Amino acid sequence: MSSERHSQIFGVMGEFSTPEDLLAATRKTREAGYKHIEAYTPFPVEGLSEAVGFTGFRSNLVAFLTLLGGIGGGLSGFGLQYWVSVITYPINIGGRSLNSWPAFIPVTFELTVLGASLTAVISMLALNKLPQPYHPVFNVQRFSQASTDKFFLCIEARDPKFDLIQTAKFLRSLHAQHVNEVKDEE
Amino acid sequence: MSVTQNMQVPREKEPWLEPGHTYASVTDKIASAVLTRPLGIGWLAGFALTFSIVMMLFGACAWLFTKGVGIWGINIPVGWGFAIVNFVWWIGIGHAGTLISAILFLLNQQWRTSINRFAEAMTLFAVACAGLFPLLHTGRPWMAYYMMPYPSTMGIWPQFRSPLIWDVFAVSTYGTVSLIFWFVGLLPDLATLRDRAKTKWQQVIFGMLSMGWRGSARHWRRYQVAYLLLAGLATPLVLSVHTVVSFDFAVGIVPGWHTTIFPPYFVAGAIYSGFAMVLTLAIPMRAAYGMEDFITRRHLEQMAKVMLATGLIVAYGYFIEFFLAFYSQNKFDFFMTEQRLHGPYRWFYYALILCNILTPQLLWIKKVRRNIAALFVISLVINTGMWLERFVIVVISLTRDFMPSAWGRYSATVWDYATFIGTLGLFTMLMFLFVRGLPAIAISEMRELVHQESHGSEGHQ
Repeated sequence: MSSERHSQIFGVMGEFSTPEDLLAATRKTREAGYKHIEAYTPFPVEGLSEAVGFTGFRSNLVAFLTLLGGIGGGLSGFGLQYWVSVITYPINIGGRSLNSWPAFIPVTFELTVLGASLTAVISMLALNKLPQPYHPVFNVQRFSQASTDKFFLCIEARDPKFDLIQTAKFLRSLHAQHVNEVKDEE
Repeated sequence: MSVTQNMQVPREKEPWLEPGHTYASVTDKIASAVLTRPLGIGWLAGFALTFSIVMMLFGACAWLFTKGVGIWGINIPVGWGFAIVNFVWWIGIGHAGTLISAILFLLNQQWRTSINRFAEAMTLFAVACAGLFPLLHTGRPWMAYYMMPYPSTMGIWPQFRSPLIWDVFAVSTYGTVSLIFWFVGLLPDLATLRDRAKTKWQQVIFGMLSMGWRGSARHWRRYQVAYLLLAGLATPLVLSVHTVVSFDFAVGIVPGWHTTIFPPYFVAGAIYSGFAMVLTLAIPMRAAYGMEDFITRRHLEQMAKVMLATGLIVAYGYFIEFFLAFYSQNKFDFFMTEQRLHGPYRWFYYALILCNILTPQLLWIKKVRRNIAALFVISLVINTGMWLERFVIVVISLTRDFMPSAWGRYSATVWDYATFIGTLGLFTMLMFLFVRGLPAIAISEMRELVHQESHGSEGHQ
C-alpha cells in the first residue's frame, strides 16, 4: 500500500553547493506551497530561518525564556540573601540594618547572570530537541558534507503537498545537484 | 620553531584570512589537527614535561594537606601571600578569553574568529588554576563547601556582606558561564568532527558530545540567539568578576588597598595580562600547527594594540595611586607609597614598573608589533609584570601597615613555588590536551569568515 511505503520515507533532500543557491531554492519551495521544509547548512546563513518559515515569537522564544531565567535568578539571589540575613540568621552588629541591600547586589547580579546563561543554553538545546542521537537525515550518505561545505534542503513527507516523484522533480528543477530520498528506519 | 621567517610587506588592506581558502580547506586544516595528525615528538615531550610538573603540584598538595598551610611562607601579617597573588593573576589571565569571545563578538570584530576558541579554553584552564588557590589556602579543601549557603546542622549561614563570599559567587558563576559559552561554541564543530571521524572511538566520542547537531536552519536560529545572549551576559560578568576580586582588597582599610581606582584598574590589568597570555600561547601554536593562515600577523598586531591600550590604563592606575597618596595627605597611604620606592620590597616595584609600563611602550612601534619574536618576549615580560603587581599590592601593604609593632616580612617557601609552578604546569598540560583533543579554532565561524571574505564584506578594523 502506498501509505505504508510513505511512512518509511521522511522526505526528499536536495543538495546545493552555495548558500545563495540554497536560499533561493528555499524561497521558491515556500512559494510553491510547501510548509514542512528544513534547510541544513555548515554555518548560519542569514535569512534562511525566515525562508523556511521559522519566524515570529517562536524564533525568539530562547530570548524570552532567558529573560525569565535572569529575572528568576536575580530574585532568588536577592531572596536567598534577604532570608539568610534578615529572617533565619540575623546578626545584630551595632544596630546596623539587617536588610543591608547594597551589600547584596554583587551576589544578586552574579545569580542573575547565572540564571539567564543557564536558561539560554538549556532552552536552546531543549527547543532544538537536543541531544537527539538519531535523525532520519543522517541516513543520507552525502549528508555528512552538511557540516563541511554542502547545503541541503529537505522537503518532509508530512507536508500535505508531498509526493515522492513530483517533489523530487521539483527539487531538480531548482538546480539541486543531488536529490536523495530520506528514509526513516525506525 | 622558525617564527621570524616569512616576513612580508604589509598590504594596504590585509585580510583576516589568507586568500585561497574554501569552506572545505579551513575545515580540513583545523579538523585534521584533531583527527588525523599523528602525535609528534614535540607534543609528546611537551606533554611529558608538563605532566611531570602536574605531579609536582599533586606532591605539593599532598604535603600541604598532611602538614597544613604552615608549610607556606604565610603568617601574620601576610596571611594570604602567594595564594592570593596567584589567584588574582590566574583569574585575570582568564579575562582575555571572555573579552575576545564576548565583547569583540558584540562589537562585530572579525579578527576574534580565529583566536576565540583557544582563548576561551585558556580562560577555563586559568579559572581552574585560580580556583585551586583559595581551596588550597583553606588547608582543608574538603570543607570548602562551608562557603556555599546550605542548611547546615550547625545552623550558620555565610556572611553575604563579605567580599570573600561575593568572590565565591563571582568566580563560580564565571567558571560556569565560561564553560557553557565554550561548549555552545564548540557544538557545531563537534558535529563536524563527528562527520569526519575515521575511527570508531572518535565517532562515539564526538557523536555523544555533538548531541546530534545537524545544522538545520531552526537550530542555527536558536543557536545564534542563545550565543548572542550569552555574549551579552558574559560582558558585564567579566567586568564584575575582577571588580569583585578587587573588592577583596578595596573594601578593606589597609593602606594602598582602600581606593576606588581598584575596580577599573584591576579589570584593565586583567585584560592586559590575558592578552599577553593569549600571545604567549598563540605564537608557538600557530607555528607548530601551521595555522599562520588563520592567525595572521595582523591578528597578533591587533592583540598588541589591545595590550598597549590596557597597559596605559594600568599605568594610569599606578599614577593615580601615587598621586592620591600625596593629594589625600593620608600619612599611612603616603608611607606605604614611600615603602614601594624605598622599602625592603622596592626591587619588586621597580621590576613591576619596568615590566608593565616601560617595556610595553615598545608596542608603539609598528615594526615591533609585527615582529613575532619580539611580541613573544614582550608577552612574557607583561605576564611577569602582572604577577609582580599583585605581589606588590599584597605584600608591601600588609608588611608595613599602621603600627610598626605589627610589621613583618614575607618570603615564599619552596612549597609556595612548587604550587605556583605546578599550576603553570597544569595550565600548559591542559592546553596541550586541548589542541589535540578539540578544534583549536572555531571551524564553523571560519567558514562564515570564508563566506564573508569571498563576498567582499570587509569587517570593521
